[in-house]
Amino acid sequence: MKFISIENVCFSYAEETDPQPHVNAVDGVTLTVDKGEFVAVIGHNGCGKSTLAKHLNAMLLPDSGRVIVDGDDTADEEKTWDIREKVGLVLQNPDNQLVAGIVEEDVAFGPENLGVEPDEIRRRVDEALKAVDMYEYRGHAPHKLSGGQKQRVAIAGILAIQPQCIVLDEPTAMLDPNGRDEVMRTLQKLNREQGITVVLITHYMDEAVKADRVVVMDNGKVLTQGTPQEVFRQVELLKKHRLDVPQTAELAYRLRGCGVDLPDIPLTEDECIKMLEEAMK
Amino acid sequence: MSCILELQNIGFTYGAGTPFEKRAVDGVSLKINKGEFIGVIGHTGSGKSTLVQMLNGLIRPTDGRVLLDGKDIWDEPKKIRNVRFRVGMVFQYPEYQLFEETVYKDIAFGAQNKGLTGKELDEAVLKAARFAGVKESHLQKSPFDLSGGEKRRAAIAGVIAMDPDVLVLDEPTAGLDPMGREILLSQISGYHKQRGNTILLVSHTMEDIARVADRIIVMNRSECVMFDTTKSVFAQGDKLRETGLRVPQITSVMQTLKNKGYSVPDGVLTVDEATSVLAALMKKEGKAW
Amino acid sequence: MVRDVAFGQYFPTDSVIHRLDPRAKILMFIAYIVVIFCTFNYASLGVIAGFTVLFLALSRISPKFYFKSLKVIIFIVIFTSLLNLFYGTGEPIFQWGIFKLTWNGIHRAIFVTVLASSCLTFTTSPTELTDAMERLMKPLKVIHFPVHEVSMMMSLALRFIPTLLEETDKIMAAQKARGANMDSGNLIQRVKSLIPILIPLFVSAFRRAYDIATAMECRCYRGGAGRTRMKSIHMSTRDGIAVAVLVLVPAGVIICNILIPAMV
Repeated sequence: MKFISIENVCFSYAEETDPQPHVNAVDGVTLTVDKGEFVAVIGHNGCGKSTLAKHLNAMLLPDSGRVIVDGDDTADEEKTWDIREKVGLVLQNPDNQLVAGIVEEDVAFGPENLGVEPDEIRRRVDEALKAVDMYEYRGHAPHKLSGGQKQRVAIAGILAIQPQCIVLDEPTAMLDPNGRDEVMRTLQKLNREQGITVVLITHYMDEAVKADRVVVMDNGKVLTQGTPQEVFRQVELLKKHRLDVPQTAELAYRLRGCGVDLPDIPLTEDECIKMLEEAMK
Repeated sequence: MSCILELQNIGFTYGAGTPFEKRAVDGVSLKINKGEFIGVIGHTGSGKSTLVQMLNGLIRPTDGRVLLDGKDIWDEPKKIRNVRFRVGMVFQYPEYQLFEETVYKDIAFGAQNKGLTGKELDEAVLKAARFAGVKESHLQKSPFDLSGGEKRRAAIAGVIAMDPDVLVLDEPTAGLDPMGREILLSQISGYHKQRGNTILLVSHTMEDIARVADRIIVMNRSECVMFDTTKSVFAQGDKLRETGLRVPQITSVMQTLKNKGYSVPDGVLTVDEATSVLAALMKKEGKAW
Repeated sequence: MVRDVAFGQYFPTDSVIHRLDPRAKILMFIAYIVVIFCTFNYASLGVIAGFTVLFLALSRISPKFYFKSLKVIIFIVIFTSLLNLFYGTGEPIFQWGIFKLTWNGIHRAIFVTVLASSCLTFTTSPTELTDAMERLMKPLKVIHFPVHEVSMMMSLALRFIPTLLEETDKIMAAQKARGANMDSGNLIQRVKSLIPILIPLFVSAFRRAYDIATAMECRCYRGGAGRTRMKSIHMSTRDGIAVAVLVLVPAGVIICNILIPAMV
């Protein structure tokens, strides 16, 4: 079932904020996101993926084209707040999105803005913190937490609004490997167990591999999309645009170039080992 | 090979004597040679940031000694600034330290503090800009008008301009996209080759470390648990995993193959290496050209 | 390091003081400060000291944190003590009717104010604090004072103080690594040496402010209208008792003032 549909969207930043004002940051993108899907969007810095993310909850409105979220056009100003309740956006820098001095009070911020009853807020806050495994930190000050913990609190802050979809704009870019794992595990859990639609903007290929569908963006346009297998199979195309591929995929690609008969491009270690063993039998 | 930096049993305790006392670095002894490229790895909180900040006297060890060219850097605490010119330090997200009106002036800041003037200063700035990949057309721009990756390179140039004998980089590629990472990394190794100085690279990205480092310092729980060649450190995948670290994906694949009895070597670090090893192996069996 | 300062932090433990209505706490705090300036002799000072210790003990926060917060002002106290030597004890430096200002009085005031405000911030979360201020200031809405906006700004400021302190540390280290000299030179040179720290700090503060605004909008923030609070505050019997206890303090002080002639 279609949840978000992006129809031929173009967007360019106003002159004063963008160094290259004449260029469309997003240039004719058409894309759909289904309910319950886990979509990863990858591409270079400046390829338009973050700009696209801000279109999904009406933080930005398209210059041309439309974004439809659950039947509502984001350009319809009366629907803005409905859309932001349905689609939550988590940003890159975990420090800059926690607004309160105590973890649980921060998570409460969203429902407080929506005018939810105090008892209901309490319930939602506890539930959201448990969902991201941060319940025991509810009384802590945000600046004492690790990067991964902060980012999970930020996710809880969005969960407390009870959205159907979470969009994350490079949530792991500033985290260490452990923090990245924590965030990825949390997202996968939310997607699987609560059926929350996840749109993950990232430039880490190992994260994209875990999605249901990968969208590759370049120069404001969609370069290619499909399952991780379908996308990373195109090693040549990705390399040409200087994007990363998993090392296992690259190995298989090169071995094929040496005439080794490999049935597919492996994305994980286990797949790769199995395939190599098969080939060497 | 002559030793440039020597750590003699150094340790550091935060907030000694207070209830917040924490041992951040404990009894680290090691020698780093001139011209070496050293990788420093360890999970967050392992003490690696404190360790590298002791190398240029930003943090004074609570015990032990740091020797630069055989001389204790704390012999004359008043002259510690001179040590900072010889051991350059690029912090994480160095673009946050930019403050001058133009990129040129910002790059010149450290070199000026060192005492360079006139033509010498100009040369140092231009050379550093080249090494760090800062475009000449950017030099007269405000640093705040540059893109993220360009700011990062300008900030690194500001440290290189002091022409340090030892350059410490704390996660220089953090937050960059794969292309930016790739470019910056080759810039750094190019600088290392041309200038021939000693580099310490702190990183969480094992693939990067595997590509550029000669030797690796592994920090865990305030201690240096391994200090060996890149090959032999990554050959000990299990021991690394115990400290919460991983090895590059390709190294891990090759290690598993070896454990299964295939004749592949230990500590394969790059895809290039793995390709040639496997291709050769399969060629023997007529499965590759 | 700057971030070691305990003053202004919040310690989320559970105590009688923690559970008091923040509005009651703020009012008590103000009353307390006023009373300190009205102590004229050792007996009334004793009453104040006794209650101060009582409140600090009730907050169930280790005394070492209070000592730490006092450390910040010790130099002020030493400085004024030195002045005191020259001006003699008890000499009023300002007098208005029965109110007179002495160096001794200022000492006590600073000391007790720091302890009392530490007690307030240690036991009250920033959100509670600003929430209470917002409610106490509500009457000002009549004159179109932006009560909600001001309290929201205050709570954001409180939230970001530690973050910005940490950032200051980092920027200082980075500039020192480039040979910035911050510890010597005359006054003008020292002020100049702050520029490499202040500019990056401002730039980063602006960038953060922009991010925070975006994040708040993403979480459906649209001003104070129609907002609810998770922790709704209401006065309880406990707060009544606390206020009553605090009424005893000025009463005690006044009685002491009348019974015993001024001697401090």
